[in-house]
Amino acid sequence: MAALLETRGLKAFYGPVQVLHGLDISVEEGGITALLGANGAGKTTALRALCAMIPSQGAIHFGGAAMKARRTEDIVRLGIAHVPDGRGTFVDLTVEENLRLGAYARSDRSAVAGDFARVYGYFPRLEERRRQQAGTLSGGEQQMLAISRALMLRPRLLLLDEPSFGLAPIIVKDIFRILRAINREDRVSMLIVEQNANLALDLADHAFLIETGRVAIGGPAEAIKSDDSVRRSYLGY
Amino acid sequence: MNALLHQIFSGLAMGGVYAILALALVMIYQATQLVNFAQGEMAMFSTYIAWELVDSGMPYWAAFALTIALSFIGGMAIERLVIRPFANAPVLTIVIVFIGLLLIFNSVAGWRYSYTIKTFDSPFPGRPWFGNKYMSAHESGAILVTFAVLALVYAFFRFTPLGLAMRAAAQNPVSSRLVGIRVGRMLAIGWGLAAAIGAVAGMMAAPVVYLDPNMMSGILLYAFAGAVLGGIDNPWGAALGGFMVGVFENLAGAYVVGPEIKLSVALVIIVGVLVVRPSGLFGRTLVTRV
Repeated sequence: MAALLETRGLKAFYGPVQVLHGLDISVEEGGITALLGANGAGKTTALRALCAMIPSQGAIHFGGAAMKARRTEDIVRLGIAHVPDGRGTFVDLTVEENLRLGAYARSDRSAVAGDFARVYGYFPRLEERRRQQAGTLSGGEQQMLAISRALMLRPRLLLLDEPSFGLAPIIVKDIFRILRAINREDRVSMLIVEQNANLALDLADHAFLIETGRVAIGGPAEAIKSDDSVRRSYLGY
Repeated sequence: MNALLHQIFSGLAMGGVYAILALALVMIYQATQLVNFAQGEMAMFSTYIAWELVDSGMPYWAAFALTIALSFIGGMAIERLVIRPFANAPVLTIVIVFIGLLLIFNSVAGWRYSYTIKTFDSPFPGRPWFGNKYMSAHESGAILVTFAVLALVYAFFRFTPLGLAMRAAAQNPVSSRLVGIRVGRMLAIGWGLAAAIGAVAGMMAAPVVYLDPNMMSGILLYAFAGAVLGGIDNPWGAALGGFMVGVFENLAGAYVVGPEIKLSVALVIIVGVLVVRPSGLFGRTLVTRV
């Protein structure tokens, strides 16, 4: 399989502070890659750098070509959807309006109706609440909405920033089951950042352990999961 | 009784002008959390453009439409050239920029069109409509135009993808970029719309208050009072507030304080609302977690 996304020597900064020190990661076409690591390792920063939400240096290849888009709005149009840290809900808009915004960058407006049906199929709760203000949804529902909003783009690559954050285990399990279905049925590749390494390694086929802005170890998720020393020193269980 | 009804109705007509201008203020406020003090002078300048077009022989409604279009472009240009360079500047800096804009428009209008007061014909001449003895034809027409503007603005923001994107960009710029909305462009369109809407307010006010470079200063105060009264983060509350202020002002001018100092009614309303209910009648109370 070919790499859909590949970074070489990705560096990123928050003001004067360098957070990524030459990050090399990749996501296979149709695959799921997990980024693991402690707080402050640079996982969220990596996703933000990919979307040009913060300035970065280094090479990013997407779909076999160097990514030339330099602005977040243009990167979205390449088919990269970002489910951000904190979910990024438009709290004053309705659930349906949130989803409609997810499809904003698409040119095939006529196919959007079918995509509403598709995401409501994954998350029936959202259809029940489609006229409700998104800010009134529970945390789990807002996470479902954030994933659905990203799916409305019909992305080639989905960037997920801690989809399990702050949610009850039963809801997390549900969301991860649906993420797997989305990956298999819609052939959406994913790059997922997770604190919960166990969960992420179950979902992903590939994983990178990040330590202070660099890849410490990378490889198939199975191998990383079964490596006792890696588990003890990096994942802490 | 007749006199009272007359006062109420003409208050509603002027209130419509305040309502439209309040809507323009809210539009900028929602995107920037700032009140554009130059909104009134921009509307005044647009009205002079309309006057010049009509004076050169263009039919009124063609001049009306062209003025709105030119104001839209002018508003976008102001955002691009004057406001955007200060996007990350402190609030006071931007307030000074607004005041600068106000002075520039006022002076340029005075220089180009002179400070002599001009008459501006109403598009609704003649006898009162439907035998309505309380309102002149212009007052009825102005209210009709107000409602048309409110309905169009509502439909735009409620039903079009661009309107939805503009609401999203004002609320949550970061998430908006992540769905592909060009937030800077939305801001520019917001300024264009505010200027276009303000132009309508100016053209409806001019037949009543006459055309001169200072015609909008009082009107802007009333519109601001209306916006504060209705809630400056709620466009429909602000429009309703504009109508209410129009009626208050007229009644107070006729029966309470007299026409000379009725402008202070606006001030009393602004201070009163800010003391009693800072979010306005329909505004949202902002709760910040600290």
